[in-house]
Amino acid sequence: MTPFVRHEGIVAPLLRDNVDTDQIIPSREMKTVSKTGLGEGLFASWRYTDEKTRTPNPEFILNRPGFEKATILLAGRNFGCGSSREHAVWALSGYGIRAIIAASFGSIFHTNCVRNGILPITLDMEAIQDIADIATKKPVKMTIDLQQQCLLWEASGEPIKFQIDPSDREMLVKGLDPIGLTMQHRQQILDFMDQQKTLRPWLFPETD
Amino acid sequence: MTLFDKLWDRHLVCRLDSGEDLIAIDRVFLHERTGGVALASLAERNLPILDPGRVYCTMDHIVSTLPGRGADDARMPGGETFITETRRQARRAGINLIDVNDPRQGIVHVVAPELGIVQPGMTLVCPDSHTCSLGALGALAWGIGSSEAEHAMATGTLRLTKPKNMRITIDGTLARGVTAKDLVLHIIARIGVGAGKGYAVEYAGSTIAAMDVEARLTLCNMAVEYAAFTAVIAPDGVTQSYLEGRPHAPTGALWEQACADWMSLRSDSDAGYDVEYHFQAEDVLPMVTWGISPEQAIPADGTIPAIDSLPPDKRESARRACEYMGVRPGMPLAGLPISGVFIGSCTNARLSDLRAAAAVLRGHRVAPGIRAICVPGSQTVKRAAEKDGLDQVFIDAGFEWREPGCAMCFYAGGEHMGEGARVASTTNRNFESRQGPRTRTHLMSPAMAAAAAITGTLVDGRALTEVSS
Ligand code: SF4
Repeated sequence: MTPFVRHEGIVAPLLRDNVDTDQIIPSREMKTVSKTGLGEGLFASWRYTDEKTRTPNPEFILNRPGFEKATILLAGRNFGCGSSREHAVWALSGYGIRAIIAASFGSIFHTNCVRNGILPITLDMEAIQDIADIATKKPVKMTIDLQQQCLLWEASGEPIKFQIDPSDREMLVKGLDPIGLTMQHRQQILDFMDQQKTLRPWLFPETD
Repeated sequence: MTLFDKLWDRHLVCRLDSGEDLIAIDRVFLHERTGGVALASLAERNLPILDPGRVYCTMDHIVSTLPGRGADDARMPGGETFITETRRQARRAGINLIDVNDPRQGIVHVVAPELGIVQPGMTLVCPDSHTCSLGALGALAWGIGSSEAEHAMATGTLRLTKPKNMRITIDGTLARGVTAKDLVLHIIARIGVGAGKGYAVEYAGSTIAAMDVEARLTLCNMAVEYAAFTAVIAPDGVTQSYLEGRPHAPTGALWEQACADWMSLRSDSDAGYDVEYHFQAEDVLPMVTWGISPEQAIPADGTIPAIDSLPPDKRESARRACEYMGVRPGMPLAGLPISGVFIGSCTNARLSDLRAAAAVLRGHRVAPGIRAICVPGSQTVKRAAEKDGLDQVFIDAGFEWREPGCAMCFYAGGEHMGEGARVASTTNRNFESRQGPRTRTHLMSPAMAAAAAITGTLVDGRALTEVSS
């Protein structure tokens, strides 16, 4: 996975609350049995006036001049709630989004982000609104420093600090593969299973 | 310790340097929508499944639900690949596959309990957000993404930060015609869609104790709709008798041993919770959603709230909801004409749900111009319903009687009720375009949906149930 240490990119504000994963990628856009090639379906219902011909909706933030190349999404409350589909995250990364700043996240979506190298940042609604007030008017660049846990952008002299779970930060900064990490505990896992087999044998069905 | 603490502790393999807990996973359940991707990705990386005998896969999300469907028929163009690829991968991986026309096939959260695959005290994960349903049996079950499913299959564990404890206590007796669906909509309307974030919820109280397992499944199903990690209910005699004799339930001496273990799974009387809520069952009325978030729900005979009466942070989404749903603040919901009715989904497509709907429908016809569809949650439910003659009640009333699957619970790109259709639905999500392009979904219980089908409008179904009983 691509490590996330420092990233500079354009911010696209999309401040609706409760944007669910069906909106991030509608089911009908999940056409392949694959994790790639989903960027086109990102926000399809809002992004296109005609989804078949992919006619862009000029009102939608990612279609406005200068915002097409946005890599940082600024969102409201409960972003990524709803269906657990990881396709939502694959669509975002397929489009080129590297970080999402929101007041809160759907929890499955949050984990999916970290597992795919997208940085989910939680800020309070007031701070988000302040950024949006400026970032909506014209495309602005922001720098995210994950190690320092802060955001920097031209309109604010002071870096904006953010909190993140240390294990999430570690995973992202080092671009770690969680399966590989957990495999280091393989013996412990097998021992645990053996112990369970004695304690609660019904948990281990005979394979049919 | 709480029930949740106990479930967590007995699966704790070790604490990781990262501060996360490594939690042992007893069952992984897949479906064709994401199962094929996860299995293919493991194969590509040469990662074997630790214990394929503990991994199950059903076909539910995009299978056709039309009578006489073929084994590869999908309900959207291109969907066949998901079915055939998942089947191929599942066979190759040697996991337990419940294929399209298997007599056990059905929606994952309907199938897991009715086959006894999920049991009290287990951890079960599935790449589907409504896996929390299974907490109804005292299991620790939650929805995950595909990467996490791969992790669980390859390592037999997941890396997790432990959620906090919340208890929702409901005491008293639900009125006639008021169901677990109404209760959960009532709860979400009160506490809000974000209230469960970061919490594992335990449902407790005399109302829960009196509920059968199917009602408990409905209640737990929607925990994710208020952002909870999951919900759990302590296993009791009701759980035990529900599981006894199910195909995957333990038997003989193992059954006795398992039951003794399950009965120890309850919160200590001095257990502490980070948050507690109390509800009184008598306060719950039949509920209907009016908006595009499950918290936008009111009693069926109520009126849509004035925007100003809402907390400031709810006003914008209420405005959007009114616009999308074609309703206005102050407007009564009852009497609003609908064009479709959907009875199905992992929330409300078990036998008791179909019985409740059929009780309302018996001797009535669906109003002219209404398209009404009933999709049993599984083959097992369908067979049981047909044995009771319920299929005939639905068909005589003018309903379509389908093959099991998720069907119109979500729009997959194929069949829908029509652009902008207003639908009375027993599902769990009223999100924009969830059921079809610009579909306006009103969530409610099966009996209420049946009543709406007969009148052709949203209606407080209790009047009709009184008449027909
Ligand atoms: S019935 Fe609906 S909510 Fe349930 S698993 Fe299927 S798609 Fe998801």
